[in-house]
Order: sequence, then C-alpha cells, then structure tokens
Amino acid sequence: MILALDPLYLTNIGLAVVLIALLKVVLAFAIVLVAVLFMVWFERKVIADMQHRIGPNIAGPWGLFQTLADGLKLLMKEDLVPEHSNRFVFKLAPFLAIVPAFLTFAIIPIGGNFESKGGSVRIFGYDTYLQVADPPIGILLFLAMSSIAVYGVMLAGWSSGSKFPLLGSVRASAQMVSYEAALGLSVLAVILQTGSLSTHEMVADQAAGGFLGFIPNWNIIVTGFVPFLIFLIAGTAELNRPPFDLVEAEQELVGGFHTEYSSFRFAIFFLAEYLNTINMSAIIVTLFLGGPSGPVLIEGIDWAWGILWFLVKLFVFLFAFVWFRATLPRFRYDQLMDLGWKLLIPLSLGWFLFLAALNIGNDRGWNPGVVVGVTIVGGFAGGALLMAAIRTARTERISQEVDAHG
Amino acid sequence: MGLVPGLVKGLGVTGRTLLQTVFPGGFKKPIPAPIRGAQTVQYPHEKDIPAPRARGVIALHEGNCTSCMLCVRECPDWCIYIEAHKEKAPPRRAGGKPRKKNKLDRFDIDFALCMFCGICVEVCPFEALFWSPEYEYSEPRIADLLHDKSRLHEWMATVPEFEDHETGSVVKQKTVPPL
Amino acid sequence: MTTVSDQQKLSYIAAQAADARVNLEIESEGMTLNLGPQHPATHGTLRIIARIDGEQVIRADPVMGYMHRGYEKLTEVRTYPQVTTLINRIDWLGSFANEVPFILAAEKLMEVEAPPRAQWIRTILFEMSRIANVVLFLGDMAVQVGAITPVFFAFRDREHVLNQIESVTGGRFHPNFDRIGGLKDDFPKGWIDETRQVMKKMRRFCDEIEVLVMDNEIFQARTRGIGVIPADVGLSYGLSGANIRGSGVDRDLRRDNPCGLVHDQIDWKVWTHPDGDSFSRFWVRLQEVRESTGIVSQLLDSLPSGPVMAKVPRIIKVPAGEAYVETENPLGAMGYYIVSKGDLVPFRVKIRSASFSNVSITPWLLQGVYVPDIITILASLYFILGDIDR
Repeated sequence: MILALDPLYLTNIGLAVVLIALLKVVLAFAIVLVAVLFMVWFERKVIADMQHRIGPNIAGPWGLFQTLADGLKLLMKEDLVPEHSNRFVFKLAPFLAIVPAFLTFAIIPIGGNFESKGGSVRIFGYDTYLQVADPPIGILLFLAMSSIAVYGVMLAGWSSGSKFPLLGSVRASAQMVSYEAALGLSVLAVILQTGSLSTHEMVADQAAGGFLGFIPNWNIIVTGFVPFLIFLIAGTAELNRPPFDLVEAEQELVGGFHTEYSSFRFAIFFLAEYLNTINMSAIIVTLFLGGPSGPVLIEGIDWAWGILWFLVKLFVFLFAFVWFRATLPRFRYDQLMDLGWKLLIPLSLGWFLFLAALNIGNDRGWNPGVVVGVTIVGGFAGGALLMAAIRTARTERISQEVDAHG
Repeated sequence: MGLVPGLVKGLGVTGRTLLQTVFPGGFKKPIPAPIRGAQTVQYPHEKDIPAPRARGVIALHEGNCTSCMLCVRECPDWCIYIEAHKEKAPPRRAGGKPRKKNKLDRFDIDFALCMFCGICVEVCPFEALFWSPEYEYSEPRIADLLHDKSRLHEWMATVPEFEDHETGSVVKQKTVPPL
Repeated sequence: MTTVSDQQKLSYIAAQAADARVNLEIESEGMTLNLGPQHPATHGTLRIIARIDGEQVIRADPVMGYMHRGYEKLTEVRTYPQVTTLINRIDWLGSFANEVPFILAAEKLMEVEAPPRAQWIRTILFEMSRIANVVLFLGDMAVQVGAITPVFFAFRDREHVLNQIESVTGGRFHPNFDRIGGLKDDFPKGWIDETRQVMKKMRRFCDEIEVLVMDNEIFQARTRGIGVIPADVGLSYGLSGANIRGSGVDRDLRRDNPCGLVHDQIDWKVWTHPDGDSFSRFWVRLQEVRESTGIVSQLLDSLPSGPVMAKVPRIIKVPAGEAYVETENPLGAMGYYIVSKGDLVPFRVKIRSASFSNVSITPWLLQGVYVPDIITILASLYFILGDIDR
C-alpha cells in the first residue's frame, strides 16, 4: 500500500476518492506550472531591482506575462537537432529533466491543519492530506528523482555532439553526483530526529510542541542548524544555480549542456530548472522549517493557514536563491569539488554521528555534557586527520608536478 | 576574512540596491516605485536629453553656404556631396556689374557613412553647418540616411544656442545665426 | 541542374576530413577547444585555440586579427586633423586617451606647445577616459567570474562620466576633441561643479565594488594565485599599465615621462601590488580609478585660465622628421611613431597599442590552467579588441 498513509485511502475507495486523487494531481500540475511562470518573472524582477533596473514591464500588468510570451516565442521557434548529435538521446534528455521535477512536487505537503487535525483537511466530506501522494519512502523519492534529473543534464550535454555541452555534462555528472552525498547525509540528520521517511510525518513531528512555548520544534533548530546549511549549499549545487552554475556557465561554456538546444526543448530545460528551484525550496521548508505547520489564527478557514505559512516560508527561500544569483560569483570546478568532498561531506557525516550519539545518550541516560565533550574532541581529531591527509596528498601532488616539469 | 564574511557583505550591497530601487522615497515614503528608483531610461516612453554640444545630426544653414567645398575636402570618409552652379545675382549697388554667385544644387550628407567627427562643422568658414543633438532619425532603409539639403535645413530648427564657457576661458562665444 | 565542380568536391572532402579529425580529437587524450572568435567571454573577436585535457589547458594560442581595420595604413591618406577621428576607435572605451599621444607626437614635430589651460583640460579628460574605461573593467571582471550585478553598477556609474565627457566634447565614445596645438573648445559653464559630483559618485562606486566583488571569498578564490606573471616575464613580454604594476613593477609613464600632460603638477601615487596574479591586477586597477578621481579633482581646483589653442596655421603641414610619444593609457603604454615628409598627411604611422603586447603573454600564461581560468585571466589582462587588432 504505497499511498496508504493518506487517510483518504483508509475509507472505502470509490469513485469520489479516485476523483479527488485525480483532482489533486491536476491541481498540483497546474499550480507548479503557474508557480514557474511567476518564479521566472519574480527572479527577473528582483534581479533587475538589485541592479537599478526595472525588469520586464511590457507584457501584461507589471510584465507578469513575460514568461508566457517567452514560452510562446520558444514554441514557435525552429526545432534544431545538430547533425552530429545522437538524435534519440538528444530528444530524450529534456524529458529526463522535466519528469522528475514534476514527480518531486508530489510528495510535498503544501497545506493542512497541523494544529488540531493532524495535517489533514476535509474535501467533499473526505479527510485528506494536501499533497499528491505520501508514500512511505517519502523523502527517498526526492533523492531518487534528483538523481534521475542528473541524467537529463548529462545526456543532453553528451548527445549534443559539441564540445562546450560535453564539458558541461562532464561537470554536471561530477558535481551533481558528489553533492548528492552531502544532500543525502544532511537529510539523514532530519530522518534521525523524525524517525520517519514520510514527508507528512516530518511536518507533523515538527508541528508538535516546542521549546519555551514560542520557539517552534523545527528541525532547523532540533538538528542544530548545520544540516540545514549543508542542505542549502548542496541544494543550490544540485540545482545548478549560482554560485554553483558551472554546468551552464555562460562565460565559459556558452550555456553548457543546453548550448545546442533550441525551441521547445530548451523551454523544457528552462522549465525544469525553475521547477527544481521551487521543489528544492519546498523540500527545505518541509525538512527544516516545519512545512505548512503554523498557528491557525482565524478558525473556520483553517485549511488556508497551512497554505499561507507554506507559501511564506517558500518565498523566503525562493528570494534567497534569487539573491544568491544576483550577488555571488561562480566557483571553479576543482574548488567546487574541494568544497563538496573535503568540507561538506565530512562535516555532514560528522554532524550526523554527533546527533546519533546524542540520541543514543538520551535513550541510555548518559550525561549530555560528556557526550558533547567527547564529540568535540572526536570531531577535532577527525578533522585534524582529514586536514593532514589533504595536506599530505597536496604536497605529494605538488612534488610530482615539480618532478614532471623539472 | 573579517568579522563578517565578504559573501554576506556582498549580499548586503545587492539587498540595499533592491530597497533603493523599489523604495526611492526612503523610509519616509515607503511606496514601491521602481520606475522612479531605476537608473535606466525607458526609452520610447521617456527620453534622455543629450548635452547641447552632443553630436547628433548635422544641420545646414542653406543661406550661409557658399559651396566652397571645404567640408567635402576635409571629411575623413568623404560622405558629403555638393553640386553647385554659378548664377548671376543682381548687383549690390545700382548700376554696378551683376555679381556671380554660387547656387547650391545639391548638398547631401550620407549619415550611413558619416563618422560624426565634426570636422566639417569646424572647418566651415561661413557658419553654414551646425551640430544638433537630435538623434531620432534612424531609417529602415539605409539609402534613406542620405539627407538632402532640405532635410538638413530642417534640422536647423533643433540646433541649440551655444553654451557659455566656464570661468577663466577666453574662447570666443559663438552664436547660431537666425534662419 | 548545376554541376558539381572538382573544386567543390575537394572542399567537401576536406570538410569531411576535418570533421573526422575533430571527432578523433574528442576521443583522444586531448581536445581542441575553440574559444571564439564569437564567444560571450572574449568581449570581441579574440579567438583562443586551447588544447585541453579534461578541464586543464595544455596549450593555448590567441589568434588575433579578426577585427583588423588597418588604421596604420588609413592614416597615410588622411590629413593630421582627420587622423584623430580614426584613432578614436582604437580603444573605444577610453577614446580620448587615444588621441593624446598622437597629438603630442605631432606637436613635437611641429614644435608647438599647447597653452597651459589646454594641457590641464587634456589631462582632466585623459583621466576621465581612464575612469570610464577601467570602471567597465571592474564590472566586467566580476561578470567573467560569474557575478552578474557589478557590471550593471559599472554601466550605471560610467554613464555619469560619459555624460560629462559628452557635454564637453560632444561625443560620448568618440570625442575627437584634441587638436594639434590645443583643444577644440573650452568647458561649458557649470561643468566643473558637475564633474566634482561625478567624481564623488565614482569614489562611492569603488567602495561598492570593493565590498561586492573584491572582498568576496569566492572571487578571491577564483583570482588569487591564478595567472601569476612574474615581473621579469611580464617585462620581457612588453606588458604595460596595470598588468605590469600588478606584478610589482613600479612603472607609470604618467610619472616617469610626463610629456605634454600635467601629471607632475599634482600630488598622486602609483599603485603596485607584489603578487602578479589576477587579483592583484584587479586591485591595482581599482586603486587607480580612485587615484584618477583624485587627480581630476585636484586638476579642477588648479585649472589655469587662458586660451585653449596655440597659434597654429589653418592648414597643418607637419615638418619632415620622426617622433615617438608614449603615454600611460587606460590599457597600458600607448605610443605613436610618426614619420613625416613635410606633407599634409603622415608618411607612416606606427601605433604601439597596449593590448597587443598584453595579450601576447597568453600562450605562456595559460599553460596548465583550468578552462574557467582562461576566462578570468583574459578578463584580468583586460584588452580591448580594437586595441589589439587596430
């Protein structure tokens, strides 16, 4: 029973239930598409304002329909397939990029009353969650989908039969694969606290209780902020957004993996990129900021409050991604790898072990001070060992280089 | 690295610019007005006014031109075309000999070729050529950029007065002759 | 039906063979990457043929000449006043500075000297064109590293400088304001006060860039220790300007050889940086913009009154002889070697442009760097394609 966690499916499954499920799918699809339209508009507007410009202001009120106009323009452009490309893979790649992006959104709870009703709302007399599906594997679906999305980028670059996209795809495969490790390890910290893979369970867990009455029980606090930071950084890298946009680095690779794409195939890549941005923000909100949970201020329209809190939290991250893009320069390939492998992965692994030790200590009644002390000592020892290893490898490499070049 | 990482300070700069653009009124008037806050000029709707000395287009004061051909010779890319013929003009004094006068048949400037260097305006000894800061005369057809003498004469209406000079200058103040 | 000529067949076979060769190269150890002549990063038509292994450059050769306009030859059929309008277009971002060495060389041959006010105004405009030029570099360098905002700030504030240049000379990019024996005109009323305001804005821009770009850790990681030019190598390749000052060589023609310009009348400093990497070149240029705003302000304070044109004949004939004048232009040392036979037109003009020498170091410099570093190193060398190809 993959979908069985939703109370909708606990009742007798009749036509109404199927229709509600279908309605949710259609709605989610529509919401995501509209959200992308506005996300692109929002990004262009905010970046323009950060650069003393206005941004799109001709198409529609405040230029709201600019993205629509761009999409229509791309739709009407000539569809070019390069002569030296692998035609099948070339045509397949955009779909490998966009389908996972849509699927990821299915597991994100975008609303629901977590104060009193356990995160469900009532539609047409049926209790249900405001998310398309709540599979027991939950967050693993997100990790799986983001892994598949790598293929979209990678195959697109490889199949173009051109050099700049090839370089882009080489970078993409290395970058996205290595940052997935850090991403997964910081998700593990959350899973450790929640004890469940289901996204709905995670939100419900964070909605419960809190410290001192006003500090929410969000995972960003419970897991100690470090996994959140790592997830944010690794997530930005996973999205190929600045400062980690080496895959499409305009100045170096002329657009990277999608250099050879035109027309609607390019539009699909574009769509997937912004879909992923929205998805990543939503996943961060779900994992670390309590998703749609929040106080219900006016009774009666309790379902609206969950959506509102979710949107507010989502907006913060969307703005942050745009802000990063407007400000930060790009990493170099090897620096990116250094950051990923030498800092983020060891740090997230160490932090995960630390959290696990704290949890076990709690269960066994150990003195938390001792646990923290031992962890700090262990952490420093591990860090020092790692640094020593890195330094030794580096001196080795340099001496080899010197030998090679005399 | 200082106390605050440079990354965060950089984010601060862009964030401040965002606020400056969206709220040009500052704290006193927090009304979003990015059109006023932006530094860009929304060209077809609003227009930048160039400096009076700006070299936009060359205007011809036809009455002053004596077809002496100096501008044609001095033009670095030879984009001025003058044709003239001699005409008898009535004598200055009664009973004098009729004068010979150059009558301008053709005075064309090909703005597709022109480099906007201003040498022709400078060498003209009879104050027949002037710069106008007007800039809106692009054409869909390149041949239409060849302005004939009547078109060049129309630009005279847009020629601004010469500006005063900064203190300490002894350069002679020039004036635009009346049409 | 058209018949296919043997020539066409041959060219088709050659093209196929070339494609096959390219494909082979992809499969072999290295691959040849053509950066340019049309590439978003080379701001112009410089082509870099890079032989790369993975992301590492084995060998890189710059190919110049895609924008050769033959100015040296064109000047031979232009009178001296006409030449300035051509050489405006060599370094199109700091155009006024291009005119100065040519005019100075011609003045040297004619043995006339511009009146003091003209020299002052010349120096002011010379420094303002340096600001207009280098400000764009500060934004562009950041863009090549991947930050998109600084270049808009650069365009925003360069506009003020260009407006000031326009209201004096009439041209934003191509002033054509310098004349043998002085200048075409004097400042319009109110210009000095406006320029003081603009210089304040430029100083604020420098502070902004320092926070936004130079203090940024990613920017430093991308530029520090990248593209290091040791002083002796730089000198042997004929580097000049901020590129050689970034390598710690204290050489500035404005101070060392002030011919015709009045940089020796005021108090200013030549900035150098010992590192010689991309970052130091950026740093030196940033300090130079600050210094230039100071120079302009000081010169505005001490502007003498008087005429702006010396007595020169209406038809300029330069006496026979040879003269070479070099000045410190925004991109580096720029010189004109004029050979005159006493004619209306120069017999021969050799243009020594800074970018040509600055770019010639790239094959040495780009060995062993990563592909992204090609872009940042080229950006930090700062060339204008018109200045390379002339």
